[in-house]
Amino acid sequence: MKDFIIPWDDRDMGTPAVEGAPVTLTVDGFEVTVPEGTSVMRAAAEIGMSIPKLCASDNLEAFGSCRLCVVEIEGRRGTPASCTTPVAEGMVVRTQSSKVKKIRRGVMELYISDHPLDCLTCAANGDCELQDMAGAVGLRDVRYEAPENGGLANHFEPRTGGEVNPEWIAKDDSNPYFTYDPSKCIVCSRCVRACEEVQGTFALTIEGRGFDSRVSAGGPLDEFLTSDCVSCGACVQACPTATLQEKSVIELGTPERSVITTCAYCGVGCSFKAELNGDELVRMTPYKHGEANRGHSCVKGRFAYGYASHSDRILNPMIRDSIEEPWREVSWEEAIGFAADRMRGLQERYGRKSIGVITSSRCTNEETYLVQKLARGVFMNNNTDTCARVCHSPTGYGLGQTFGASAGTQNFDSVEKVDVAIIIGANPTDAHPVFGSRLKRRVRAGAKLIVIDPRKTDVVRSAHIEAAHHLPLRPGTNVAVVTAMAHVIVDEKLYDEAFIRERCDWNEFVEYMEFVQDVRHSPEMTEMLTGVPAEELRKAARLYATGGNGAIYYGLGVTEHSQGSTTVMGIANLAMMTGNIGREGVGVNPLRGQNNVQGSCDMGSFPHELPGYRHVKGDEVRALFESKWGVEIDPEPGLRIPNMLDAAVSGSFKGLYCQGEDILQSDPDTHHVAAGLAAMECVIVHDLFLNETANYAHVFLPGSTFLEKDGTFTNAERRINRVREVMKPRNGYADWEVTQLLAKAMGADWTYTHPSQIMDEIAETTPGFANVDYAMLEERGSVQWPCNDDAPDGSPIMHVDGFVRGKGRFIVTEYIPTDERSGPRFPLLLTTGRILSQYNVGAQTRRTENSIWHDEDVLEIHPHDAEVRGVKEGDWVKLASRSGETSLRATITDKVVPGVVYTTFHHPDTQANVITTDFSDWATNCPEYKVTAVQVGLSNGPTEWQRQYNAQADRSRRILPAAE
Amino acid sequence: MPHDKLIRMANQIAGFFATQPGQNQAERVAAHLNDFWGPEMRAELKAHAAEDDSDLAPLVRDAIPLI
Repeated sequence: MKDFIIPWDDRDMGTPAVEGAPVTLTVDGFEVTVPEGTSVMRAAAEIGMSIPKLCASDNLEAFGSCRLCVVEIEGRRGTPASCTTPVAEGMVVRTQSSKVKKIRRGVMELYISDHPLDCLTCAANGDCELQDMAGAVGLRDVRYEAPENGGLANHFEPRTGGEVNPEWIAKDDSNPYFTYDPSKCIVCSRCVRACEEVQGTFALTIEGRGFDSRVSAGGPLDEFLTSDCVSCGACVQACPTATLQEKSVIELGTPERSVITTCAYCGVGCSFKAELNGDELVRMTPYKHGEANRGHSCVKGRFAYGYASHSDRILNPMIRDSIEEPWREVSWEEAIGFAADRMRGLQERYGRKSIGVITSSRCTNEETYLVQKLARGVFMNNNTDTCARVCHSPTGYGLGQTFGASAGTQNFDSVEKVDVAIIIGANPTDAHPVFGSRLKRRVRAGAKLIVIDPRKTDVVRSAHIEAAHHLPLRPGTNVAVVTAMAHVIVDEKLYDEAFIRERCDWNEFVEYMEFVQDVRHSPEMTEMLTGVPAEELRKAARLYATGGNGAIYYGLGVTEHSQGSTTVMGIANLAMMTGNIGREGVGVNPLRGQNNVQGSCDMGSFPHELPGYRHVKGDEVRALFESKWGVEIDPEPGLRIPNMLDAAVSGSFKGLYCQGEDILQSDPDTHHVAAGLAAMECVIVHDLFLNETANYAHVFLPGSTFLEKDGTFTNAERRINRVREVMKPRNGYADWEVTQLLAKAMGADWTYTHPSQIMDEIAETTPGFANVDYAMLEERGSVQWPCNDDAPDGSPIMHVDGFVRGKGRFIVTEYIPTDERSGPRFPLLLTTGRILSQYNVGAQTRRTENSIWHDEDVLEIHPHDAEVRGVKEGDWVKLASRSGETSLRATITDKVVPGVVYTTFHHPDTQANVITTDFSDWATNCPEYKVTAVQVGLSNGPTEWQRQYNAQADRSRRILPAAE
Repeated sequence: MPHDKLIRMANQIAGFFATQPGQNQAERVAAHLNDFWGPEMRAELKAHAAEDDSDLAPLVRDAIPLI
């Protein structure tokens, strides 16, 4: 297998690229033209001349501390550092004069005099810039010696001159993924600058001056783990020596080959270089030319891949007749045959529509496409749904109705041009960390931030950023807040009439204006309801409408409500009325939860639409797929996930093929999900692990990880990115092959031999993908749909010359409160979310060292609410709603306001979803995770239900030893 | 499906369209039900309405003949 050839220049150019008028200079006699503001170092690199450097890196602003990159410039005195010297017209630069060569050797000699010479046994051997530079400058001798009766002052020897060396500091290996060895530090500050400029956490600093300068994480008593460090790894990547070093490299050695692929965690969809020896993964480094992440990553993508080789992974297919029995390991043939017979049998007994599928937002587009094709073309029904049902289905409906396309309007690069960002119902520094870092960087450069969230999230106020306005609304009142903002914009005539007249339906806007002008939508009237101070809301609305490029970024805090779709429409209204659509720096940007939520929606996973968001009732689109697949497609919508479970409980839905989803843990109202699954006669779980859903399964088909297959993911910016087979599937088959085996066993004549053929079929049938194929993706790296003859290069920004539906449509957004209300029995409101180190149901991240940061779900409660209940920090509390109850530990924080409590849903031991209810969005049935009326009280530990649940799970996970 | 859930979902849809301008709200409720509810769920709703439609929002009642 050959490596993926990197089509672009992957060198470090020394300083960041800039934009500007062309400037021409000569470097060692060669002419080069670069944008004004470019450094001499980068100009030289453009023509292939690498000036020696240590403190410079092209993802950091020039710093000018190492003095290794000095050059001579005709007509200028001295030897300026090329990294901090901007080019000038006609400049004549010499990079290799005898003077600068002597200076560089002298600088290197000093560096090496305070550096251990254990290169051969050093973890960075062969991957060390200090080593490279010593070679590049021709360092042959280090003349500094210890005085006769004493030691040489240094940082790297534990003892010097027979005495304990006070300058020596032991290695800090508190972080599970990397070590900090101060003895190898050259104090280039790259780590500190990466933490500030790239990640924006400001956890690192240089302590002391001169010879005493040391890199320090947090305060004097901190180590990396206890500091503010979020373990993104930017510092490790920036470090030119072994000072900050991945533990995996220390253990496994430096990698010898690399493959470009796409992260399988959140919807940012970062590009990574998977670096390996043979088929052993050594490390993941964010790929510099990845257009979503631009060389940055978070702790999950970079470090949390250990689940792929975790001992819990199931590698052999298993079956059982009933969920009371232990699992039996069988051959693939037997498992597939068993599954196919059962599913066909159910259809014979209970009808064509008695079975269905759930496609996975963690699997590839190609795999998802096949699973919905299995439902439509083999099961012969439309019973297909996906986890987007429980996250962004209201985005699909709301943006489809207003703009005509159910996707985000921008690329992530667009954030660089934002002047005012509204973050509503999203916590990007935890859930979409790389986007969070890019946003914070923009805010530090002067952009304004408006945060609409019940919680004081990190973007409200953290190191060097502060939101201009935080509107801490009561959970469930999004529509009222968004409509009140529209009221202010209309009331104060801040709307963009020219844009609306040109791009939208003016009559609809007039109707909308009449609605929104009513005094009941004024912030003063809604304050009682939403808890948001009117004056603050007015200021926020004014800022968004008049502050330049206004962009809205939103997450599941918008969608997972009874009025999720209405809020999405309200957001679209705001963007349209202020003209913030169709160019860089603006737009409506849903932050997708999982890596391929966008793709799974695009691929026709919903029961009412075929790939490309075309309703199954359309004769033309059905005919297209019917001729392609040689089957007749049901013109009626099928069942959505909650409908499947309801139908199962009432006895009409009997069989489910569930790929890469854990609905028992992730879906609301666990008791109801369990009852639905228990009522089914054949549940096929296709996953990496025996997840919670598998407790109720009859067939377990082992899955492959994103490292083990080819395919594509589509991220939140509609970017289709390649996933590449880094290693062979440990379970024997890529997931698309498993689906194909099942389809064939049920009579289909599928003959795919590579995912590229599936993509070709997608392109043939789906207009937005018409020009996409693997050859193009190899060449370009990635492309954003729509990509067809109208947009051959893809579409970084949508609705540029007009809305996809023609005229943008304003929709009246009346606030209809949820029926879920706090009252005497359940006086608090629970809202749920994610934390940085864990991902979704935690099936992957819980099986990595990430659990060191979050090994259990805890309940955030305001000091006031805690005090009246006698709850102290760390106490076990019982959390109860009308749906169920569970116990977990409490943490007391003012991140939540009085009356609101918050927890995460990463751990099955807690099962936060036993609390959430069956209420859902009016349009899409997206569950109302974000508002549940609850009571909190002291408890002694896990509830009876938790004990029973764990006992059942343990029973259900028994595996019989393989027959001899 | 439990009847109370079906009714609540239908009434929620009616709740939204009742706030929309124009004269065709019942048609729009029906269109939404036709587009997003499978035939079995629609049949169940119709059967319920035929028996007792007192707990259905007026717009749902008006939409029933159109689904």
